[in-house]
Amino acid sequence: MARSVTTRRKTVNTLAAWAIGLLIFFPILWTILTSFKTEAQAINDPPLFFFFDWTLENYAVVQERSNYMRYLWNSVIIAGGSTVLGLIIAVPAAWSMAFVPSKRTKDILMWMLSTKMLPAVGVLYPIYLVFIELGLLDTRVGLTIVLMLINLPIIVWMLYTYFKEIPGEILEAARMDGATLKEEILYILTPMAIPGIASTLLLNIILAWNEAFWTLNLTAAKAAPLTAFIASYSSPEGLFYAKLSAASTMAIAPILILGWFSQKQLVRGLTFGAVK
Amino acid sequence: MGQITLKQITKSFGDVQVIPPLDLQIEDGEFVVFVGPSGCGKSTLLRLIAGLEDTSSGEISIDGRDATEVPPAKRGLAMVFQSYALYPHMSVRKNIAFPLRMAGLDKAEQDKKVESAASVLNLTDYLERRPGQLSGGQRQRVAIGRAIVREPAAFLFDEPLSNLDAALRVNMRLEISELHQTLETTMIYVTHDQVEAMTMADKIVVLQAGIIEQVGSPLELYHTPRNRFVAGFIGSPKMNFMMGAFSSEYDATTIGVRPEHISVSPTDGKWKGKVGVSEHLGSDTFLYVDVEGIEDPVTVRSSGEVSFRHGDMIHLTPDPDKIHRFDNQGLRIA
Repeated sequence: MARSVTTRRKTVNTLAAWAIGLLIFFPILWTILTSFKTEAQAINDPPLFFFFDWTLENYAVVQERSNYMRYLWNSVIIAGGSTVLGLIIAVPAAWSMAFVPSKRTKDILMWMLSTKMLPAVGVLYPIYLVFIELGLLDTRVGLTIVLMLINLPIIVWMLYTYFKEIPGEILEAARMDGATLKEEILYILTPMAIPGIASTLLLNIILAWNEAFWTLNLTAAKAAPLTAFIASYSSPEGLFYAKLSAASTMAIAPILILGWFSQKQLVRGLTFGAVK
Repeated sequence: MGQITLKQITKSFGDVQVIPPLDLQIEDGEFVVFVGPSGCGKSTLLRLIAGLEDTSSGEISIDGRDATEVPPAKRGLAMVFQSYALYPHMSVRKNIAFPLRMAGLDKAEQDKKVESAASVLNLTDYLERRPGQLSGGQRQRVAIGRAIVREPAAFLFDEPLSNLDAALRVNMRLEISELHQTLETTMIYVTHDQVEAMTMADKIVVLQAGIIEQVGSPLELYHTPRNRFVAGFIGSPKMNFMMGAFSSEYDATTIGVRPEHISVSPTDGKWKGKVGVSEHLGSDTFLYVDVEGIEDPVTVRSSGEVSFRHGDMIHLTPDPDKIHRFDNQGLRIA
């Protein structure tokens, strides 16, 4: 029997969805609101919601004190670079696992996933030493490589599940139709896999953008991305909530905008395979 | 031209040999059907001919040339898949033109051939649509169109109708048969449906466990099946088999009688039995009769007017000229 969708049920569901949505969004909203308050208003008790003196002063101070553009540029390079590098390695890897599987394919996939089960701090010391040895500490190249490695298992897994959904018979048909391996990949596989590759790319940029453990531990000044920019406002100067909030807002704004414009693609990519 | 010869072909997956050494000759212009139960190796055999699987040993030659090591695209064969395998991101026009584009034909030439294939297959109005916007039958026609434009030496069909509903299947069956009459090109067709095999084939190859049980025209297989397996597989409803006292009378381990070769009478006959189920199709009536000493009910094909009911006692008499005799190996006794 199909469930009847009554108006009341619909209303209750809608309200519940909004409540959960607001609950999740609230910390971000609060950060943005706080960034427009004065330091005194930011720690006011009871908390002030909308009725305070809106000010851009915090942004001016933050902009004056630190070079936002340099951090932003580092973030773009590191997030973008690690994603592109990751895709270059992951696409052929996922391809071969999806279309020419061997007896060990499943084991390799599990092994790759298992690297995500180790807490990052467990390998901090060895990686730190390797970085010193290779002179990669506080370099964008070093961070790009580390973030690529951190996210590689996820990219391979996502692409693998995506490629798995492409029926092998279509590739065989292309082969019968006279396509060479290059033409098969260029004209048939890639166009069919583009939604999957695109959503993997977007997710990976977001993950790399927000990564804070390695970016904070392996950088000092030169290669520091926006995560370090936020961190620089947290402790050393005491509790300046409004300025910290302004810095946070500036750090998350670019990725928030990217996420907003690509949400359709992201949702489609992440739920792919679940609903056929 | 489309003459295909298989010489001592084998195929193994790991330690499992799915096709023991096998010989087969397919003549130019023939409509050959590979038929057998699922897992009998018929699709594997087709894929070996297509070049989508490598042979473990043996030789495949197409029009007298050794093609064993030739990649699929260079064999000059076209294949229609069970799942249609259309390119979902391309329009019907681009799907059909794809093999021509790969062959490097210029745009005008491509268009000309696509248009003519589309008009043969009634696809002219759908050329700009995507495969996702077509019905199952239309998709199958696009797949056939993609095969036709290449003007291949032979067409390979891998269970092309099994995803269609019953009514459409009959239509497409006729269309493919008609296409064969028009093109006069060799066609190799894989199916598990013996009705498709009987109605379409010039030559049927019956396979079981990778072994060819019999090769022959549909009527040869019907009238003189080489063994019990072929006898039971070809013909619908299935042949009745009887053993013990029933067969020793005819100097055989097993005898087989087709449902259409048994007459019924309410009063007298050779075997006596009780009617179980009777199916009235209008033109025919199928009776399933329980006869003492025979494990499965005996199927009888009778005229549409016959009206026996469940539980009626009736008498059955086989046509003595139409009794098939098999020895203890299951082989036909001449």
